[in-house]
Amino acid sequence: MNLTLRIWRQKGPDDPGRMVTYPVSDISPDMSFLEMLDVLNEQLTLAGEDPIAFDHDCREGICGACGMVVNGVAHGPQKATTVCQLHMRHFSDGDTIDIEPWRAKAFPVIKDLVVNRGNLDRIIAAGGYITAPTGSAPEAHSQLVRKADADAAFESAACIGCGACVAACPNGSATLFLAAKVTHLSLLPQGQPERLTRVVGMVDAHDEAGFGGCTNIGECSAVCPKEIPLSTIGRLNRDYLRAVRARSGTPGT
Amino acid sequence: MTPRADEPTNPVVGERMDPRAAVPTSTNADVRPATADEATGRREAAPAGRLRAAVTNLFGRRPRVTETGQASTEYTRQENVGTRTGAAPGSPDGDLFTHGDPIVDRAAPDGPIETRWQRRRFAAKLVNPANRRKLTVIVVGTGLAGASAAATLAEQGYRVRSYCYQDSPRRAHSIAAQGGINAAKNYRNDGDSIQRLFYDTVKGGDFRSRESNVRRLAEVSVEIIDQAVAQGVPFAREYGGLLDTRSFGGAQVQRTFYARGQTGQQLLLGAYQALERQIGLGRVEMNSRHEMLELIVVDGRARGIVVRDLVTGEITAEYADAVVLATGGYGNVFYLSTNARGCNATAIWRAHRKGAYFANPCFTQIHPTCIPVSGDHQSKLTLMSESLRNDGRVWVPKAVGDRRPPREIPEDERDYYLERMYPAYGNLVPRDIASRAAKNVCDSGRGVGPTGLGVYLDFADAIERLGRRTIADRYGNLFEMYQRITGEDPYEVPMRIYPAVHYTMGGLWVDYDLQSTIPGLFVIGEANFSDHGANRLGASALMQGLADGYFVLPCTIANYLAAGPFEKLTDDHPDVVAAREDVADRLNRLLAVRGDRTVDSFHRELGQIMWDHCGMERSDAGLRKALAEVRALREQFWQRVRVPGDGEGLNQALEKAGRVADFFELAELMCIDALHRTESCGGHFRVESQTPDGEAQRDDEHFAYVAAWEFTGADRPPVLHKEHLHFEYVHPTQRSYK
Repeated sequence: MNLTLRIWRQKGPDDPGRMVTYPVSDISPDMSFLEMLDVLNEQLTLAGEDPIAFDHDCREGICGACGMVVNGVAHGPQKATTVCQLHMRHFSDGDTIDIEPWRAKAFPVIKDLVVNRGNLDRIIAAGGYITAPTGSAPEAHSQLVRKADADAAFESAACIGCGACVAACPNGSATLFLAAKVTHLSLLPQGQPERLTRVVGMVDAHDEAGFGGCTNIGECSAVCPKEIPLSTIGRLNRDYLRAVRARSGTPGT
Repeated sequence: MTPRADEPTNPVVGERMDPRAAVPTSTNADVRPATADEATGRREAAPAGRLRAAVTNLFGRRPRVTETGQASTEYTRQENVGTRTGAAPGSPDGDLFTHGDPIVDRAAPDGPIETRWQRRRFAAKLVNPANRRKLTVIVVGTGLAGASAAATLAEQGYRVRSYCYQDSPRRAHSIAAQGGINAAKNYRNDGDSIQRLFYDTVKGGDFRSRESNVRRLAEVSVEIIDQAVAQGVPFAREYGGLLDTRSFGGAQVQRTFYARGQTGQQLLLGAYQALERQIGLGRVEMNSRHEMLELIVVDGRARGIVVRDLVTGEITAEYADAVVLATGGYGNVFYLSTNARGCNATAIWRAHRKGAYFANPCFTQIHPTCIPVSGDHQSKLTLMSESLRNDGRVWVPKAVGDRRPPREIPEDERDYYLERMYPAYGNLVPRDIASRAAKNVCDSGRGVGPTGLGVYLDFADAIERLGRRTIADRYGNLFEMYQRITGEDPYEVPMRIYPAVHYTMGGLWVDYDLQSTIPGLFVIGEANFSDHGANRLGASALMQGLADGYFVLPCTIANYLAAGPFEKLTDDHPDVVAAREDVADRLNRLLAVRGDRTVDSFHRELGQIMWDHCGMERSDAGLRKALAEVRALREQFWQRVRVPGDGEGLNQALEKAGRVADFFELAELMCIDALHRTESCGGHFRVESQTPDGEAQRDDEHFAYVAAWEFTGADRPPVLHKEHLHFEYVHPTQRSYK
């Protein structure tokens, strides 16, 4: 099929950036969206133009590297699908497709569709872990975990840290990302000792990084490729309220 | 294409090689008291070590720091590096490679295997906690091995500097591992033990791995599960709250722990969170979007790396007292593989060029269950976890050219060929065997799907037996992934699968301490060659990465660091200046070609050559053809590649070009290694060496060794150093899964 792509081009952080139109032809419906961009980049390279920079790595929807806004929707039209797993069979011949980077204050653009998501790592560093230095672990079966809790913890732990929730949120908030980690760890018995310091530390880091506040709009969960439910945010808020009432000590560490 | 049978000579080197004959030129008998094991011939020891040390010095190599065991003189370590005095230039393939001295792993203690790791830990030197702060370790790569090592070293008090090319350490390709992680917990009471995991792994590796290392891996496996659970890794559980396990290929016990089909993700996030904790505490300096492009070796020691900041393009030299490479495997030499697009061999290849030996480069693993290629646009292949073979049944139509839809083919016209050929293991035969069987049925014209390169993996029986819900619980995300990619629903129609390159058992040669032939350069995880022999069993990669990173390296590296801190380096040191200039020159040369072909077009062509001739099946003629083609293509690459843009700022084409340039050189070494190893073993199948019923025919008499290759310069033949393998506990047999 033949398509018209309108892609955000931005040379660097200081370049204001613009949408540029590129036609592509002979696109197979079995191609992934990123393979379609590969085709365009091969053409641009041979024509002596700068290929489009975009992040990607595993191309099987698990590393969280890829991410772009396709026709206004983070990761494009397919539900629960990262853009690397989006296939061209979901588009039609003659379509015009708009492709833009994640846009959020806390995700500055590096080049074209590549943004800096380092602030998500900073949130984890501020408490998104269980302190268990290597060698100190007790026998794995010394603590039982209810299957329902283990399963629910897993569902939240499936977050791939792609940042689509931030890109979709009108406030540029990373609350769903934060809530997924808090939920994962607070559902497990191993996560209880640091439960309150964790949530305070992570929320502080989130706010300091320039992410916006949550106003319960729910766009985040709607675009999440791993379908992290909005209810995790409820769990986060409950823990946060408990924690700030009883706030003491230093966060996280 | 006939079996090699009883040919008296080795077709590659043209002379009968007796591996034992060369051994006495290299031992450390002078520094280690003879043990009872030596009397029984375990190490084939002979008293020429002192002479060899002199030869080594004569050739200008520095002897290694000699460390004496803390408790006694029982263990001593000495120079590992062989010299080229033993080269055999007269062989007909002297232009392909030459022979060097054997290489010996001097770090592993002798004596009863059950206590070797314990004794090594006790003998290894320690570093006082106050001194650890003064020692810096660079860790390149943040996958399971790299992240766990960086976090653990920082917890111990070392200063750690960590590097990855991705935008976050959490994205390393360990994240994509699906099926599970093995551990000899024996929670199932089904006869598992450390001894059995050790046995299964040595046998699964087709007797081409070191007993000492594998035994240690099996021991440490149980600690990994404890560690991961303590970190909050949400493994699958039973209703009673205990951990669930399942079975995997190559084992008859259920020892595989898993977190749905995302075990690698969950284990990596555990290690990543431990790493982030140390970053938050200021004990690890994390440098994401940085790529290592050269190793800095000063006075014979690995002292740092040259990195390129992928965002600014700046090239800097970074220093440390020791360097750890945890940069994964080189499967992307085939272009199409299950690896992430960014996975590359540059870090280990650069280290190889600086003196680290590369071991068994031809040992690559072709995974049997991947989604078949759909067209020329294909940029990568997607694995469907081996765990699917627990419940899925593999079949093809009995009749050649049967194009009916799978559900219309009656039961008695289907060939469940794995169950038929290997009744004991059935669909759970090891990967190399399952892959080759799939290739054989497709070559015989019974393959399915539009290309005929595919076999069915059918869940109809399992869904009927267990219900759709149970199957969804076990494999839901895999089924969804399959449907997204192919547009077919595996609950309704059988999956189509075909083998694809997945893992590389080869890698930089390391001793028992995981130290390479360059002092101070440690290599962990898939990047080293150590534990899997010629074939890796399913769910063992996660085990090995975490064993190396959490438990082995943090102990053994102390033994090296105890001699530090080393002389402080500055940017004007001649070795540093040279390393930086090399990197800058190379990038400039790539940019200067301004040719008419893209990097990807070369990479794709290289991959096709390697897949055709150095893939599932290899032959003398095919490998020679591949060598000629790779060389010709490499020349073309340097004349015709087009890398747009410049070295300033983010330039993804330039990153790729550097990686592909290194793949060209590595591909040649892989072909040479595959050519010289005229036996079949594990994933390395030489058509000339098969049993009458088409199984791999090992040649223990001539090839029971690790092939460790030394780089001698661009376009000069590499030197082969053999590390002879001795089996005291698991005796080599013809591997049978029938």
